[in-house]
Amino acid sequence: MGIVEAILLSVITAATPLVLAAAGELVAERSGVLNLGVEGMMIMGAVCAFAATQLSGSPYIGVLAGIAAGALFSLLFGFLTLTLVANQVATGLALTLLGLGVSGMLGESFLGMQGIKLQPIAVPLLSQVPFIGPLLFRQDAIFYLSIAIVAGIHWFLFRTRSGLKLRAVGDSHGSAHALGVDVIRTRYLAVLFGGACAGLAGAQLSLVYTPQWVENMSAGRGWIALALVVFASWRPWRVVAGGYLFGAVSISQLHAQAFGIGIPSQFLSSLPYMATIVVLILISHNRRMTLINTPASLGKPFVPDR
Amino acid sequence: MKKLLLALATTTAVLGFASAASAQEKAKICFVYVGSKTDGGWTQAHDIGRQQVEKELGDKVETQFLENVPEGPDAERAIERLARSGCGLVFTTSFGFMDATIKIAQKFPDVKFEHATGYKTAPNVATYNSRFYEGRYIQGQIAAKMSQKGVAGYIASFPIPEVVMGINSFVIGARSVNPDFKIKVVWANTWFDPGKEADAAKALIDQGVDVLTQHTDTTAPMQVAAERGIKAFGQASDMIAAGPQTQLTAIVDTWGAYYVKRTQAFIDGKWETTSSWDGLKDGILTMAPYTNMPDDVKAMAEATEAKIKSGELKPFTGPLNKQDGTAWLKEGEASDDATLLGMNFYVEGVDDKLPQ
Repeated sequence: MGIVEAILLSVITAATPLVLAAAGELVAERSGVLNLGVEGMMIMGAVCAFAATQLSGSPYIGVLAGIAAGALFSLLFGFLTLTLVANQVATGLALTLLGLGVSGMLGESFLGMQGIKLQPIAVPLLSQVPFIGPLLFRQDAIFYLSIAIVAGIHWFLFRTRSGLKLRAVGDSHGSAHALGVDVIRTRYLAVLFGGACAGLAGAQLSLVYTPQWVENMSAGRGWIALALVVFASWRPWRVVAGGYLFGAVSISQLHAQAFGIGIPSQFLSSLPYMATIVVLILISHNRRMTLINTPASLGKPFVPDR
Repeated sequence: MKKLLLALATTTAVLGFASAASAQEKAKICFVYVGSKTDGGWTQAHDIGRQQVEKELGDKVETQFLENVPEGPDAERAIERLARSGCGLVFTTSFGFMDATIKIAQKFPDVKFEHATGYKTAPNVATYNSRFYEGRYIQGQIAAKMSQKGVAGYIASFPIPEVVMGINSFVIGARSVNPDFKIKVVWANTWFDPGKEADAAKALIDQGVDVLTQHTDTTAPMQVAAERGIKAFGQASDMIAAGPQTQLTAIVDTWGAYYVKRTQAFIDGKWETTSSWDGLKDGILTMAPYTNMPDDVKAMAEATEAKIKSGELKPFTGPLNKQDGTAWLKEGEASDDATLLGMNFYVEGVDDKLPQ
């Protein structure tokens, strides 16, 4: 295995949870809901995936548990912000703090246990292709799912009637409501989907990336996912590009250090974040393009008939 | 109104009396943790020490702890809260609590404080630390014997003296066995991020190291090493469960004996300000069993451990050069503790530029 291949393999593992969580959040934000609780939903997914895997012995049960945990947890957010019309920013932050705490409590009895890794599945024939095969077609199920989910989101948002309705809700919930779209229901579904994706991202952390459970193991990846959505200007495929760019910069800085390149490590560690800032500046430079893609009702509460 | 005030005053007096009475019966020993008490590493080791105090001193003490206390202004509030609530002796268990501990200690001259790994003391503030580097010297020797390529990978956290000291000690140990031994250092710039630690481990292994050691807190690097079939060392706790075929040994923090000793001194009224820096011989750190290595390597490690315990061997003893080749210690000269505690340079043989 060459060094390039090795680096790319690490990049894929590092980028997958970011892409998944960001893709889910993108759908929620497209419907006009800003859920800052990604980190909390992710960590809940991680702990439940790990616990279910330990109890059942099957990492696939774990994956399902992770998805379910993220979705259920997001339902709490949905209830507070959509039904009770609480402030989305405050509720999202609370969700993150709650998730970090509750996951620590749930996971206490699973600390130090040996994880069961979700094994890669080789795609017949394609996995034999040199270079690309081992990279893209000898991966775990969550990686395949992440690509399928992004493709699915793109198709749904821009090629289906329901997707159009969802975007309408996000752009102008008043108009969508007047046209007979059930704004609250749409947003609930979008939030649920976002939670499920974040939960799946969490499952990737505790079953693939580092098959173990430790408190706070998401270590801020939920926040990076949130930044990625803006970075991608709410376009699904750009989430993939952004996630992989971020992963690539963070992995190559580690390689640069191991290689002994005399650049301060603090500078190298900050590179991925600087790259994000640079791209954000470049994107916001074109104000019209930004406005076209930003959901106009993002973060605004909707109260029907009032 | 007057009645109410009187009632209040009586209650306060009674409460005050009650707490004073119980303080006489039981010594209240408190702990401030930077992480969660079940983090599997640093903080957990301190909490095991606390439990040992409860177990060994039984009825004479009552312990209390605050976990996940961030370093900074919050730490001051947390320490002050403990001092106010009747704690007699407070252990603050992270380097970053240093200034907060000193500040609160000035406000509460009757409360005793002990700060881990720091260097500032006061009439009622003692410091304590562990000579982790003694364990790293042994690890370096083992690494030099076990590595086929003569290169070890070192996952470091932050460029503070404690970590630099560990890297140097590891290299000195390794080069005492194989003078051409090299290490590659990756700074993760975090104590705790399993994903990043795993990525660092992968990067080092991809670049050809065949022994791995870490100064970060999770078992993720051990897992990666196990997956890739190389050997590794555990950190802070015995990590053998994460790599039954992988872990060579681990430095295990065992603070319990120190906590019991100091608490006993406090109860007896013999507590004094000290700056203690204990090592392997005092049992404040222990080596996890030497596993996954041939018998001769194990014998060497055990012999080195015995020599360090007896004081015959001090890892930082000359002749030693600094990284740039300039002389640091002459033949037979041992470094003083102050230089070690403020260590901001590499010794010869480290293949990395120290972040300043």
